[in-house]
Amino acid sequence: MQELQKILDDALQSFATIEDAAELENAKARYLGKESSLTGLLKGLGKLSAEERPAAGARINQVKQQIEAALQVRRDAIQQQALQARLAAESLDVTLPGRGSGMGGLHPVTRTLERIETLFHSIGYDVAKGPEIENDFYNFTALNIPADHPARAMHDTFYIDEQHVLRTHTSPIQIRYMQAHIEQYRHLEMMPDIRIIAPGRVYRVDSDATHSPMFHQVEGLWIGERVSFADLKGVIADFLQNYFESDDIQVRFRPSFFPFTEPSAEMDMSWKDGWLEIGGCGMVHPNVLKHVGIDSEKYIGFAFGMGVERLAMLRYGVNDLRLFFESDLQFLKQFN
Amino acid sequence: MQFSESWLRTFVNPSLSSGELSHLLTMAGLEVEEMKPVAPAFDKVVVAQVLSKEKHPDADRLNLLTVNVGATEPLTIVCGAGNVTVGMKAPCALVGAELPGIEIEQAKVRGIASFGMMCSEKELGLAEESAGLMVLNDDAVVGQSIREFLDLDDQLITLKLTPNRSDCLSLYGIAREVAALTSAPLQTVPPASFKQTGSLSRKVKITASAACPRYSGRVISGVNAKAVTPAWMMQRLQRCGLRSISALVDVTNYVLLELGQPLHAFDLNKLNGDIDVRFAGKGESLKLLNEQTVDLQDDMLVIADGKGPVALAGVMGGADSAVNEATTDIFLESAFFAPEVIIGKSRRLGLNSDSSYRFERGVDFAATEVALDRATQLILDICGGQAGAVTELQGELPARQPVKLRSSRVHRVLGVALKADGIARILTRLGMVFQQHDGEFTVTPPSYRFDISIEEDLIEEVARVHGYEKIQPAPIQARMSMLPLSEAQRPLASLRRIMVLRDYQETINYAFVEADWERDLCGNAAPVALKNPIASQMSVMRSSLLGGLLAALRANLARKQPRVRLFEVGGCFRAEAGSYVQQDRLAGLAYGGAVAEQWGAPARNVDFFDIKGDVEALFAPRRLTLQAAPHPASHPGRSAQILLEDRPVGWIGELHPQWQQQNDLPQPALWFEVELSALMRGSLPKLAPVSRFPLVRRDIAVVVDEAVSAHTLLEAMRTCQAPYVMALDLFDLYRGPGVGEGRKSLAFRVLLQDTQKTLTDSEIEPSMARLVAAVQENGAQIRGEA
Repeated sequence: MQELQKILDDALQSFATIEDAAELENAKARYLGKESSLTGLLKGLGKLSAEERPAAGARINQVKQQIEAALQVRRDAIQQQALQARLAAESLDVTLPGRGSGMGGLHPVTRTLERIETLFHSIGYDVAKGPEIENDFYNFTALNIPADHPARAMHDTFYIDEQHVLRTHTSPIQIRYMQAHIEQYRHLEMMPDIRIIAPGRVYRVDSDATHSPMFHQVEGLWIGERVSFADLKGVIADFLQNYFESDDIQVRFRPSFFPFTEPSAEMDMSWKDGWLEIGGCGMVHPNVLKHVGIDSEKYIGFAFGMGVERLAMLRYGVNDLRLFFESDLQFLKQFN
Repeated sequence: MQFSESWLRTFVNPSLSSGELSHLLTMAGLEVEEMKPVAPAFDKVVVAQVLSKEKHPDADRLNLLTVNVGATEPLTIVCGAGNVTVGMKAPCALVGAELPGIEIEQAKVRGIASFGMMCSEKELGLAEESAGLMVLNDDAVVGQSIREFLDLDDQLITLKLTPNRSDCLSLYGIAREVAALTSAPLQTVPPASFKQTGSLSRKVKITASAACPRYSGRVISGVNAKAVTPAWMMQRLQRCGLRSISALVDVTNYVLLELGQPLHAFDLNKLNGDIDVRFAGKGESLKLLNEQTVDLQDDMLVIADGKGPVALAGVMGGADSAVNEATTDIFLESAFFAPEVIIGKSRRLGLNSDSSYRFERGVDFAATEVALDRATQLILDICGGQAGAVTELQGELPARQPVKLRSSRVHRVLGVALKADGIARILTRLGMVFQQHDGEFTVTPPSYRFDISIEEDLIEEVARVHGYEKIQPAPIQARMSMLPLSEAQRPLASLRRIMVLRDYQETINYAFVEADWERDLCGNAAPVALKNPIASQMSVMRSSLLGGLLAALRANLARKQPRVRLFEVGGCFRAEAGSYVQQDRLAGLAYGGAVAEQWGAPARNVDFFDIKGDVEALFAPRRLTLQAAPHPASHPGRSAQILLEDRPVGWIGELHPQWQQQNDLPQPALWFEVELSALMRGSLPKLAPVSRFPLVRRDIAVVVDEAVSAHTLLEAMRTCQAPYVMALDLFDLYRGPGVGEGRKSLAFRVLLQDTQKTLTDSEIEPSMARLVAAVQENGAQIRGEA
């Protein structure tokens, strides 16, 4: 009996000092293996009487189980230690910057245009596009600006040849769109409303801090049965208040002259302590409707045009128009 | 047009402040561009007369003056001005006066007390520079405030007039508009009071009668051309921005400003025979007042005498018949020329005259004689002489067709209901003659309005006088239907986002570029050229976005940016068969590190396959192919055309070392450009059956000559109809020992799967054999086989 107790004590003591998994397995062989004292005792059971044998066997097995349990506890402990050590070694400096390839960004004019398109889209305006090299008919004549009319002097035009110019405004898109629209709905008694905005690059012979030979305009057009000057004012006010996210913005219309609208107005917007010119607008001139074959007694509508850079400058506090076209990353990245 | 407010107020004087008047004009469509006072704020400056002058005892250049300023005692003033004379009248700032920049105090000047300061125009802020005291006219009343005497509280108002409002190109015209807007009474010019005493006249004939519907002329003989223009007239001309030239010319300019009628004075003795208003003949030329000799064309209207043209009608007079100091007799012309005849002529000749500016836009054809009389009176008053009888010819004046105006249409266009009698009141105030019946008006516009020909023109007039500000914005109401949204079309916005996510910064560059860029980078010797470029480096339209991106790269490198990745979306232009083709494209340019310098990735320059990956991402999931092909901008061995479904849609390449060097780029730049329409074409997803059975992977490793592209082998395998093949990819490329010179090792991954069953070797092997055969047919050797 004493021998059994000693084997158990030795085993427990030995296991407690072992720190290594392989060594533990060696110790296991020493205490539970074929050559071990315990195995010797088990083999010796046969020498005992039939009466003594069960009790002695049970005692030996009990010690064997105790040793096995102690072994397992130690095994788990060593494994756990190893895991802890590995985890400690593998820990990261999570504050290091992420391994990214970086992100670019949109040009502020694109950003502004996308915003304008989204706002008008929300009230049912489609986006229309057109060519930048325009012919004389679309850029001028169809818009009620005949050759030699003094109004042509208002457009400092870049000429390509006798018949072609770089478009001076996005208004020609109006004409192209209206032509296509009435063609598409020719079979109907009443055509559906035309509601579009036409954004794009335009060109004027002019260059200083407030004028660029190329800039962006967005033209708006709404033609229908019942569209009035008061509606025009409503749409512009709605747009500017939403674009600038301020209900305080007031809109002021001043009489003006554009050959393609009548009545015509200059749109001003309240800004700080005064008024800022934001674009031109008016009711589409009956001659313009006539040019595309729309009966001006049946349909009526308005058009407006705004400078996109102007809106971007006000929105983001840009003070020099030329910055938009200098491709300076230090400028551009501020809009990312 | 610039004018003096106080001159305007002699015609109409509403009880409005200058600021209110300016607002009124602006809100009526006569935009006040600028309003500035004639003189800065100052006070206590009066008209003074020098009574005596003696030298300052202690300073050579100073004088001691005694000056009468209208007070009981004259003042002693020390003065350094060189032009002081006894008896002269000049402005004097009294003690306590605050002038721009100085306060006048009683002071000792070199030991002698001075009780004020005699002033120059500069000291009063009336001129930038002046030499000596401001000399006042003899009629100045001593002691009178100088502000009052010189009308210095006046404002200079500049109107930015729209081309339709030629009726407001005169003081009287603006006054007429102000009277209509405010109902303040309108004064007319003083009626002429002269008697016809001269007997000379000049015969006039109008050959081009349609171009010149009215011509009035008068001879004034015995004038003193050397007479001095009176100060009041000079002051008004000056405040309207005109220089005084001579009394005769000043009078014609004055009446032009006052009434808007251009006049011309010929030296009668330089005219030969009768006057004829006709179109120029072929080969005729004329030396104009500005000494420019112009070759006349047969659509140019001239005033001619027996010898030939003496004036370009409505534009400018001729030099040879101009009045000068020796002139004694003049022929004064006041005519109406049809706008369509004058339009464009001065622009064609590079001229700009006050006269053509007005005739092009329309001059009041009912006022030619009023203006002639007004000018005659002023000339007689200033230069003396005898006025002869008027020669007047009249043809067919512009018709003023009655225009219909419906109250209902006013409502429909403006969105506000105005009562018929309100409309009638507005029309009356505007000088329109009309009949009214049941809310329908028949309106005849006055002779001075050239912008009223349709109903909408009248509606604008009604709205203008009613007040645009009074029209309330209406809430948006519309019959709505959804806008079309094509799912097979990829929106531009999402393509831009792909570029942004791949670290490209968007730029917008001018569409006009240097001709050299087109030639060098695009091999385009005949770009679309502008006739009137703003600068030589912006003279042609781009046929590629590359030039602009490259310039932007250069600019950013100059600003010490080490890594630049840019893209632009925009139009490219080329001439084709007599017309112009515009194609929208998306282009990218990458320079510097493949990724920004960082701790977590090794530094490496961007290369061809980096941007190829960017282009593939733009087109994904559609598969593009590259075909090696030379491009003038690119390194010949690193240049390819981008094909989509066998159609070329763009280019990709590394910038040619020659252009790299020319642009001072230390490292190569990579670029691509693709058609936007190809990028935007997408497709609707079409579902294939999804397999539940395991994928099997097999690899094929080959060695092949460099000349055989990986793409060739992939295509061969894709098209060999090996069954069960789900995906084929190149996963390894090796060159070097063990492979042999001029050869490369390629490894392909093959994924096989069936939708109905788990594949067995007996099914996989024949499929693989087919793939192997396909690459072998293209000269590839299976690795490990001899």
